[in-house]
Amino acid sequence: MRDNFVRQLSDLARSDPRVFLMTADLGFRVLDGFAADFPKQYLNVGIAEQNMIGLATGMALDGRVVFTYSIGNFSTLRCLEQIRNDACYHGANVKVVAVGGGFSYGPLGISHHATEDLAIMRALPDMTVVAPGDQWETREATKALVERNGACYLRLDKSSAPATARPGETFSIGKARKVREGADITLAATGGILGAALEAADSLVEQGIACRVLSVHTIKPFDTDAILRACKETGGIVTVEEHTIDGGLGSCVAETCLEAGITPQFFRRIGLRAGFSSKVGGQEYLRREYGMDAASIAKAVAELISARSPKFSLRRAK
Amino acid sequence: MDHSSAAARHQQQKRAVQRTATEELAKRIRRHAVRMTNLGGSSHVGSVLSMADIVAVLYGGIMRIDPTKPNQPNRDRFILSKGHAGAGIYAALAESGFFPIEWLEKHCADGSVLSGHVSHKGVPGVELSTGSLGHGLPVGAGMAYGAKLDDATRRVFVVLSDGECDEGSTWEAIMFSSHHKLDNLVAIVDYNKIQSLAPVAETLALEPFADKWRAFGWSVTEVDGHDHNALYATLSDLPKVTGKPSCILAHTIKGKGVSFMERSVLWHYRTPRGSEYDEALNELISDE
Repeated sequence: MRDNFVRQLSDLARSDPRVFLMTADLGFRVLDGFAADFPKQYLNVGIAEQNMIGLATGMALDGRVVFTYSIGNFSTLRCLEQIRNDACYHGANVKVVAVGGGFSYGPLGISHHATEDLAIMRALPDMTVVAPGDQWETREATKALVERNGACYLRLDKSSAPATARPGETFSIGKARKVREGADITLAATGGILGAALEAADSLVEQGIACRVLSVHTIKPFDTDAILRACKETGGIVTVEEHTIDGGLGSCVAETCLEAGITPQFFRRIGLRAGFSSKVGGQEYLRREYGMDAASIAKAVAELISARSPKFSLRRAK
Repeated sequence: MDHSSAAARHQQQKRAVQRTATEELAKRIRRHAVRMTNLGGSSHVGSVLSMADIVAVLYGGIMRIDPTKPNQPNRDRFILSKGHAGAGIYAALAESGFFPIEWLEKHCADGSVLSGHVSHKGVPGVELSTGSLGHGLPVGAGMAYGAKLDDATRRVFVVLSDGECDEGSTWEAIMFSSHHKLDNLVAIVDYNKIQSLAPVAETLALEPFADKWRAFGWSVTEVDGHDHNALYATLSDLPKVTGKPSCILAHTIKGKGVSFMERSVLWHYRTPRGSEYDEALNELISDE
């Protein structure tokens, strides 16, 4: 995702002099090409994230579209108040980019696990929050964020779902994508873990369970229509996010359903429940350990359906 | 009399008129600040009084701004990083014609746009909303860096408190600005020696303060922050050193202009009410 983001940003910078990329001294070798091609649109500000957001705001208020690049929580939590007061409150075109969503940097430890960013960023007023699920969404989201006014957050993952785009499909911020049709249940996923959701959906076919899969690439503004349709048209909703269950995608779905007075037949949030993800290991390992890999998702769905869905039980009985 | 001495005399006269004007503006800012904090039941009057002369000289004689075109792209930018002294900027903007003076009566009132900490929403002339310390200089540095990239002649003036030099983000911006030779950036520290709870020297000592800025690559000028002649002379001769950002360490007195507020920690938060309010206004009026 990171490389596709940089490629796309290069394409944009070539034709749009407003586009500017700042890094807080991260992106070893990844940003070299951009820096060489666009020396007047690139700056390494040093290891100073608070200053980076301030600088970006100052430049954005005078007409630029500034992408601030760092990894994990450094992009967001380290400079949270600057993002809130400077970028968001002023409606500045600051596009905060975090490379390494969720457990992307799993072996490096909890300082590098971005597992609360979606909840925290989505709480900020006048903020847009996007977590692409595959490479196509990454490129499309990058383009869309340049066009979108105001502060935005782009969460990039190390993992990525296989290509999900249909020929001619268009991407819109705030519009979830139906990447697989099915009537028994909806798996709603955000970020690269969309791949695990799709894999789970594949494996559930063997058990006779047909999953709709939504790529909810935008957490804010949230696509309430897609969620409510999923509630009405499928048996229930399971949300999948490489993120704490507190305040992220699962919370968005729960809030949406309750406020609309529509209760899915069953609902389950798959995400980090353990508090700090203090185990060490790669992204796949940590997903397994914390119950959010494809097998865990499939198991959770199968259990939910057999326990709570009369429809499914009847069909299985036939 | 030869031509050059006539020109010099004309320049001197112009400066005298300007000084009288900025001194008058400073008095008005001080009176507004006392009224506004009284009406709004708000605090930080001491912080406004200490920077009133700096702000008056900037708005009254230094900055290239036009209240009829508050968004003109090449205007000078002003950032009040010590946002708690917002009343002083609202007063300066109203007195400069950015919005009606009557607005000031609504400072901190229900439904007002004039919040205690300076906010840009619905307020012409405010470039940046602040209130949390350590935010102004980074944004100002971004504006200055952008102006350099654009080959624009606009300058950025940031007024900081001494207390907010406790904030690490301020020093991040200080390092950045000298590294990138932002000589279109001017940081003016309202060095009144008192922070929220106690004197600066007792809380987290800044001295040797000028040396710190110099060591970080800035040109530093120390000035009496209540002397309009000195402020005008310093601020009309920028940058001090080509290729370096300018730091003006303005030595000030917190609460300046009201005898019982001067040098007092109490008047960081206290609201002027009752006889204290009357006495404060009397002092500021009889000062004329």
